[in-house]
Amino acid sequence: MTTETLTVLAEEGKSLDDTISDAVAPVADAVTNTVFYEIMIGDVAIKPIVIWLVTGALFFTIYLGFQQIRGFKHAIRLVKGDFSDPHDAGEVSHFQALATAVSGTVGLGNIAGVAVAVSIGGPGATFWMILAGFLGMAAKMAECTLGVKYRKQHADGTVSGGPMYYLRDGIANLGKPGLGKFLAAAFAVFCIGGSLGGGNMFQANQATAQIINVTGGDNSPFVNLKWAIGLIFAAGVGLVIIGGIKSIAKVTEKIVPFMAVLYVSACLIVIFGNLADIPAAFGNIFVGAWGKEGLAGGFIGVLIVGFQRAAFSNEAGIGSASIAHSAVKTKEPATEGFVSLLEPFIDTIVICTMTALAIVVTGAYKAPGAAELDGVALTSSAFGSVISWFPTVLAFAVILFAFSTMISWSYYGMTATGYLFGDSKQAELIFKIIFCVFIVIGATLSLGPVIGFSDSMIFLMSIPNMIGLYLLARVVKKEVMGHRERVRTGEFAEVK
Amino acid sequence: MSKVLVGVDGSDASRRTVDFAVELAKDFEIGIIVVHVIPWSPYSFTTSEENEHRHLQREVELVAAREQIVEPAIHQVANANIKVEAVVRHGHPVEVMIEIARERGVRHIIVGRTGDSRIKQALFGSLPTQLILHSTVPVTVVP
Repeated sequence: MTTETLTVLAEEGKSLDDTISDAVAPVADAVTNTVFYEIMIGDVAIKPIVIWLVTGALFFTIYLGFQQIRGFKHAIRLVKGDFSDPHDAGEVSHFQALATAVSGTVGLGNIAGVAVAVSIGGPGATFWMILAGFLGMAAKMAECTLGVKYRKQHADGTVSGGPMYYLRDGIANLGKPGLGKFLAAAFAVFCIGGSLGGGNMFQANQATAQIINVTGGDNSPFVNLKWAIGLIFAAGVGLVIIGGIKSIAKVTEKIVPFMAVLYVSACLIVIFGNLADIPAAFGNIFVGAWGKEGLAGGFIGVLIVGFQRAAFSNEAGIGSASIAHSAVKTKEPATEGFVSLLEPFIDTIVICTMTALAIVVTGAYKAPGAAELDGVALTSSAFGSVISWFPTVLAFAVILFAFSTMISWSYYGMTATGYLFGDSKQAELIFKIIFCVFIVIGATLSLGPVIGFSDSMIFLMSIPNMIGLYLLARVVKKEVMGHRERVRTGEFAEVK
Repeated sequence: MSKVLVGVDGSDASRRTVDFAVELAKDFEIGIIVVHVIPWSPYSFTTSEENEHRHLQREVELVAAREQIVEPAIHQVANANIKVEAVVRHGHPVEVMIEIARERGVRHIIVGRTGDSRIKQALFGSLPTQLILHSTVPVTVVP
């Protein structure tokens, strides 16, 4: 290729990137402003939607009696298979349901989202993120218990579940079938939006950003070719979800756990590479949690940022993971509720905290020029400050996380499409095509509108879902407490 | 009545193994349990789509194993007028065979020498080697 054609390509690319950006960004911004309207109380900006999620998580923490502590050991024994009937060998195990759900949640939210939180809210946001992860465990337990209880076995023997089904059938059992159907449909619509936003555009956007970042930043040959990177991602995802090339998805599923271990190890190396700064970092996190200079709203502002990013990452109360958890083979729905406690734990309390510590310990968030770094670039600079080639390791992790999260979310979106259109193959195909188009759009836009749109859609999902969880709270409690009782009496016993 | 357990996989070696087991069962006047284990682990990583179809897929695997692998072996034994039962189960082949042996009072396990690649054998040990190491009853490996 001559330099001339390269230049032409670059110019075309530039215009293409900009064209897509100019067309989509205003729409995304409008959606964001509607969902995240702020109520000013004095000079504190409150986002009602974040309060909505936290209240729900807090409610279930108290209502279910702190199962995230009391049920933690039981959850681990369930995942280990201590209670699994050998005659169920070959069915979906608790471990598999959990691992599948985790691969959907662990994504760029853990790497880039956390960086966004620390750069806006300071180190203190980490504290609120961990707390939100802890409370989120209870909300997750509620939605996953219901997901299994009301899942549907279709005529062909396949099993699907999730908020659509517990909202429709669970609320119908309470004598309000109309409300149930309405909430279920609303959830399905927002779930399609969420799969295109947080489950797609945000992932594609930040994976692309990191590829550009490690290939030279502003001097990268790809800087104006974001759409082309997006196209490659779209082709990869398309091969799996449209082309049915399952082997790619299988390989990804098998590599992702190792990437997660690699990522956490890399974080630990970064953190322990700055051993002397660790006490100060914890100091900053605890002091910062109660307020940051320059951030409007003091500690409430930090809290909102921390909670928002945690919720975006672990999806507790959003309902998405309930779709993945519902496939498990179990006699008691509450068992998967217990197992699902571990998901926000792994996602937020372990992985998000690692990212945050790496950024805080290295001081990357306050380095000169840090203000211009958005999302993944900040995590990358924290990694690079310890070992120069670590950003490349990060790039591999990011690409794989993005890919597996996109595949998982395409499944969530497809389940929602299937629910809305009576499992019409045609509707599902149209959804898959739109999904791939959004990958290209997501890769091209700047982070601002992408994260705004992604957050909006994810949080909209939580409205019908949380209403349903409140209405069905007694059902959840009955399942969870009944299960605890049967474990205590030995009726639900360990398999020797 | 005590029994001998025969692990089958539908291969030529597997047929020879059943023949050998039949001879043995005749001599000692004991019954045979034909076992096929479908390799599966509860700790493997799967996609949502696989999970959705898992229950269905499991049934398909069990039927295929019964029809194509276990039934020919059952005929082979039954033709020799020996009492035979069969088990098809998912799991780790070595663990499941040992488990079944324990459950049903089996006093002898017979397996064929499998066709694992040399590299795989060097890394993980072949199925017979693992079985010999972990079994609580005598094991015979048929070449």
